[in-house]
Amino acid sequence: MSTMQDSREATMIGRRSDGTLVRRPLSPHLQAYDMLQMTSALSISHRITGMIWTAGAVVMVWWLVAAASGPLAFANVQWFLSSFLGVLFLMGVTAAAWFHTLAGIRHLAWDAGWGYDIPTVYKTGRAVLLGTGVLTGLTWLMLLISW
Amino acid sequence: MSHTTSGQPPRQATLRSPLGRVRGMGSAKSGAHHWWMQRVTSIALLPLTIWFILSLATSAGMSHAEAMLWIGQPLNAVLLLALIGLTFHHIAAGLQVIIEDYAHQEGLKIGLVLATKGLSWLLAIAAALAVLRIAV
Repeated sequence: MSTMQDSREATMIGRRSDGTLVRRPLSPHLQAYDMLQMTSALSISHRITGMIWTAGAVVMVWWLVAAASGPLAFANVQWFLSSFLGVLFLMGVTAAAWFHTLAGIRHLAWDAGWGYDIPTVYKTGRAVLLGTGVLTGLTWLMLLISW
Repeated sequence: MSHTTSGQPPRQATLRSPLGRVRGMGSAKSGAHHWWMQRVTSIALLPLTIWFILSLATSAGMSHAEAMLWIGQPLNAVLLLALIGLTFHHIAAGLQVIIEDYAHQEGLKIGLVLATKGLSWLLAIAAALAVLRIAV
């Protein structure tokens, strides 16, 4: 058996009614496919927000290591985090974190077998978006009040 | 359900993916462990990250002395260590899945996954050491 060079080839392999393998073209054609549906948009957003949150985790490591290194290193982090760029970054990470958290809960519900029908998928999808906005706003309200 | 005629064995549906059938390499012996651990860490991270976000949001602009005091409290230090370990386990697992989906070249794929794992370990160790230096 020869090794497959491109793993996408596997999606083109089907079976005839007698069980033998046949190579079939992909369907539906991408030109006829609506690429901007809420289902797929939230799915890729879950991955993107995961990566943004990873950047936030790296800054958390910087913050902890700087605190252990001394007041000078710590002042550098605090300077960056309270700068315009730093605040923008933190706002982005907060929104990404809440989205990833809420969408993650949605994924856990799916894993448990709940909420797979299309009306529920759209309902929970809208709830994730709304919840992200509300919780991000509340987090920054808390931050600004205590600052 | 089946229209088996005499002499012909019933055709069986298979759970094996076309890709798995083509590669013909059999089980990798770890089954659903990677997938399962991603879920386990996500459940553990739910309360931990909410605690961390709320703690930081209510104490923005901490001075160095205040930060040392907060990190050094035993409960905070324990929760921080748990947060660090679980966070980077979850990050490494998630990034691995993303890399495996989008990097089609075997060498590049393995290289990126190894680099991700190595960086995750180093960052987690650095963060844990920082917490321990402050707390112990």
